[in-house]
Amino acid sequence: MTIAIIEFGGSNCNLDVLHVLEDVVGVDAERVWYKETDLDRFEGAIIPGGFSYGDYLRSGAIASRTPIINSVKKIADEGKPIMGICNGFQILTESGLLNGALMTNKYPKFRCEWTNLRVETTDSPFTSAFKEGEVIRIPIAHMDGNFYADEATLSTMEDEKLVTFRYVDKEGRVTDEVNPNGSQENIAGILNGKRNVMGLMPHPERAAESILGSNDGLRMFQSMVEYINNR
Amino acid sequence: MQYRAEVTIELKPGMLDPEGTTIKRALEHLGYHTNELRTSKRYIIDLEEESAEMAEKKVDEMCQKLIANPIIHNYTIDMREA
Repeated sequence: MTIAIIEFGGSNCNLDVLHVLEDVVGVDAERVWYKETDLDRFEGAIIPGGFSYGDYLRSGAIASRTPIINSVKKIADEGKPIMGICNGFQILTESGLLNGALMTNKYPKFRCEWTNLRVETTDSPFTSAFKEGEVIRIPIAHMDGNFYADEATLSTMEDEKLVTFRYVDKEGRVTDEVNPNGSQENIAGILNGKRNVMGLMPHPERAAESILGSNDGLRMFQSMVEYINNR
Repeated sequence: MQYRAEVTIELKPGMLDPEGTTIKRALEHLGYHTNELRTSKRYIIDLEEESAEMAEKKVDEMCQKLIANPIIHNYTIDMREA
């Protein structure tokens, strides 16, 4: 099994994701430059964080129109798991692989801090190793993480349980005070309708070893690997 | 023919504009009251096409494919001969 780590000019969490996959989870991963057009040899893909193309125009917009995204769409259609972290989440919404859009934080400031997340569904390739309702600690680092979707889309997403994580307090309560960016319904991570594509603003690769202060993020990568092994 | 398109992109009405809100607040600190302040972004695009209609069609495609995000934005195109 090899997982692709998709890289653009300006990606900067690529090596962290590579380290977690290879050295912590213990699977093969390969960095793939955006000019490549064939991802068929990979069992899944991760689009890491960073500032692709300087976040010019809109975060993720330019990266989402590069040829490799067509290949990401192809393997997503085949049911392979795709995870977009932070800028990767922005790229996935901009490319139409995920619902909604990520707008500038309600208070327009770069937020880099630990957040508590509530696991909203374990029915996905990325969250099967968690318990539903569990509160985990994963840090964020973003300026444009304010998730927006229109009412009809949001309601469908709630009905189909497509929200994976919400920002909560330590007790697991959804409040405005712990919403770091103004996201609707405190949404931090979502799935596509087929549940094999997930985008999230928090950085699980920065919380994948206890020396970093939390290893809660590790289980997302482990869930993904287990899903691939069982496909 | 040479054409110049001025494309204006703005957030749909009612959507929160954090940049506009911050500028409005800063103006209030300076003693200026505004009822509302919203930001927009303008792109100036020079292109060569056979007709104004063709040029407008091309720029509209550019807006739909990349420059605007239809989920959150409205846009207008002002086209003139350059």
